[in-house]
Amino acid sequence: MTTFTPSTPAETLSTIQWAAAEETPLEILGHGSKRGIGRPLQTEHTLDLSRLTGVTLYEPAELVLSTRAGTPLAEIEKLLAENGQQFAFEPMDYGPLLGSEPGKGTIGGVLASNLSGPRRLKAGAARDHILGVAAVSGRGEAFKSGGRVVKNVTGYDLSKLMANSWGTLAVLTDVTFKVLPAAETEVTLAIRGLLDDAAVAAMALALGSSAEVSSAAHLPERIAAKVAGGKHGSDAATLLRVEGFGPSVVYRIEALRKLLDKAGPLEEIAGEASKAIWRDIRDCVPFADGGARPIWRVSMAPSQAHHMVMALRMQAAVDAFYDWQGGLVWLSMREDDPEADLLRGLIRKYGGGHGTLVRASAPHRAALPVFEPQPPHLAALSAHLKAEFDPKQILNPGRMA
Amino acid sequence: MSGLAMPKPDAETMRRRAEIVADMRIIVPGEGVVDAANEMRAFESDGLTAYRQLPLVVVLPETVAQVSRVLKYCNERNIRVVPRGSGTSLSGGALPLEDAVLLVMSRFNRILAIDYPNRIVVAQPGVTNLGITTAVEQEGFYYAPDPSSQIACSIGGNVAENSGGVHCLKYGLTANNVLGIEMVLMNGEVVRLGGSHLDQEGYDLLGVMTGSEGLLGVVTEVTVRILKKPETARALLIGFPTSEEGGQCVADIIGAGIIPGGMEMMDRPAIHAAEDFVHAGYPLDVEALLIVELDGPSVEVDHLIGLVEAIAYRNGSSTCRISQSEQERLSFWAGRKAAFPAVGRISPDYYCMDGTIPRKELPRVLAGMRDLSEKYGLGVANVFHAGDGNLHPLILYDANVPGELDKAESFGADILRLCVEVGGVLTGEHGVGVEKRDLMPEMFNQIDLDQQMRVKCAFDPNHLLNPGKVFPQLRRCAELGRMHVHRGQVAFPDIPRF
Repeated sequence: MTTFTPSTPAETLSTIQWAAAEETPLEILGHGSKRGIGRPLQTEHTLDLSRLTGVTLYEPAELVLSTRAGTPLAEIEKLLAENGQQFAFEPMDYGPLLGSEPGKGTIGGVLASNLSGPRRLKAGAARDHILGVAAVSGRGEAFKSGGRVVKNVTGYDLSKLMANSWGTLAVLTDVTFKVLPAAETEVTLAIRGLLDDAAVAAMALALGSSAEVSSAAHLPERIAAKVAGGKHGSDAATLLRVEGFGPSVVYRIEALRKLLDKAGPLEEIAGEASKAIWRDIRDCVPFADGGARPIWRVSMAPSQAHHMVMALRMQAAVDAFYDWQGGLVWLSMREDDPEADLLRGLIRKYGGGHGTLVRASAPHRAALPVFEPQPPHLAALSAHLKAEFDPKQILNPGRMA
Repeated sequence: MSGLAMPKPDAETMRRRAEIVADMRIIVPGEGVVDAANEMRAFESDGLTAYRQLPLVVVLPETVAQVSRVLKYCNERNIRVVPRGSGTSLSGGALPLEDAVLLVMSRFNRILAIDYPNRIVVAQPGVTNLGITTAVEQEGFYYAPDPSSQIACSIGGNVAENSGGVHCLKYGLTANNVLGIEMVLMNGEVVRLGGSHLDQEGYDLLGVMTGSEGLLGVVTEVTVRILKKPETARALLIGFPTSEEGGQCVADIIGAGIIPGGMEMMDRPAIHAAEDFVHAGYPLDVEALLIVELDGPSVEVDHLIGLVEAIAYRNGSSTCRISQSEQERLSFWAGRKAAFPAVGRISPDYYCMDGTIPRKELPRVLAGMRDLSEKYGLGVANVFHAGDGNLHPLILYDANVPGELDKAESFGADILRLCVEVGGVLTGEHGVGVEKRDLMPEMFNQIDLDQQMRVKCAFDPNHLLNPGKVFPQLRRCAELGRMHVHRGQVAFPDIPRF
């Protein structure tokens, strides 16, 4: 049982070359902040990238940042904030939900799990902001893809292929991301007291307007009290975030007020208070109870997801709240059974999408597919890709199975 | 055409042409199979007109089942297939091969669903880019990526090329605006990637397919995100005595936290050609002309116009006009949008390049281009998507002068090498195709290219789909698949461990 801790891409390469030759599997680890997601691994050795750190290029005027893959996300976000910039895709922190320390996670892990947050709706996920990578495949070959410029169609986009691959195709050593100016002002308009279907209709109306809403979430009654320390009360809250230059935010909030004045009682939440709400929604804080009951993260068409939840409730006791205009559902099962087949059947019935069992006990994770199973042709294609990049199955074997 | 090696035609396929044509007519009945040379002439080239080749046969399927059967048939008989949308590729992505079926998707021209609450449109791949906007604009929506060929180019082709346009700094490329596709693999299997939800489960095959230039699969359906049109748009037309000042102005605008809807720059030759052509009122005594368009609520646009005007002034702008009406805004754009045909008026032929550079390197690259222009004795005019560093040098030449096309291509290759040297890339939005295929090693070493080929091998192990494009040399998948090291041959890594 050895844990390798390379601090350079060359050391990372030599570790993987050795493991490939020996055909010995490695668990690929950054800070381990998302270690509890996916099928539990039983590898003899661990490749710990938390010492492969450092910002190698940051040019704010060019909107570009390159770092070693093990660089802490928190450090990078601090650096960006000092320059008035941010990752627009708002990567979530799984720490609170998975019962580990908050503020952990490396930038390589951000890409490998394709993190995003409430702004996903408008700004995309990590996959939409990655410009280039350097990585080592399971064959022990160091390669690069992409570059440092936004517009680039030179060759296949292997950087995107790394997104959501959970360390099963290649080990990232360097990543280059697009960064963007942080908004000067943010205000959240809350509609209170709506049931799910009315909330979904209100969010669709808001997103279909020119108010450029950057995030839209719905916290049903009881759940609403679980964000921002409960200071906004327990009435259901349908939340619309507007960001940008001050005068523009004022104008757009006013436009939303006019659009939604009959939807329900309206409240405005500005500045830090608004940020606190969206941070808690991003990190699924309402379900961060320190327990181990199953939690699902489900992505569906925004108009469909609440119908699925309603149907699910007829057969299983669940708590739910919605982000992404209703299209992202966080589900907390009240019993120990994840009800995977039931849930996935309903997802298919209501227009399709995917569900990931992001929190569950190790036995459940070993017995059930944590990630949405794919139809046969697509599963075969994914397996071919895995075999091309990691023919000896040495990188996180079975994690996405 | 100048020394471009394409895969050697397969003698067996050529010999069986009549039989293949007859079988295609069974799979695609009616008028969907074209085999007469004079009728196939329309398909012999795409937007890169320097290269021409008649295909084996042209097939225009109408249904997904037909696409699947054609591909399966060809896969089983080792027949090459070249997919084609509207044929507007500027890099030869749809250039036919003598021994390949040209699979033309233009009859897939229907919009299948418009869904305003979820803000998506589901379209067949032959629908034009502009056709999507046309379908939803009455309700105030539009599809954001707007390549300059948008009136003709197909959405399926946009997926294949990951098309951009002038608005992609703010609104993203095709890859950021497509939610799902249905595609047919070379073996005839139909798979769906993504859908009307966000993010694909498993590997991001949708991301890999976008920009794969027709080598991985044939797209048969596309789901795109539509956006509500911004309330207003206004533009500034700013002239600078030097390109350095123009470039610094661009950097300062972005440094101030402003992401304009569009930000375009033209150099002196492009300005003069455009002004002579459309009389847009461009200043003729400047070295660089910048168009900055801001869109959004009028209160925001007015606020930002003021900020940009001040930044321009600080950077030594010699002229600055702000559009006061929609008509004036469009007149600012008229010259830029007509830049290519305008250059076509001052030169018998022009060759359009497409490198991307880090913005700050613009003065260096423009200076390098002036030197190259002297070296080759050919003129060059530049239009530049300034916000994202995507450069379109137009090399002026005369195809009727022997050797000038070769010279223009060498000049273009040198420009792209320069782009790579300063930290940029070979192609920002036009694709590699056949045009930049042999330049790929300027940017990637063999190991890098091998990984890209491994993706190809996972999708199309027999290399039958659009061969001769993107990769300078396709290595056999079996050869790529071998592992060369074995147990005990690599020493235990000498690095920190515990």
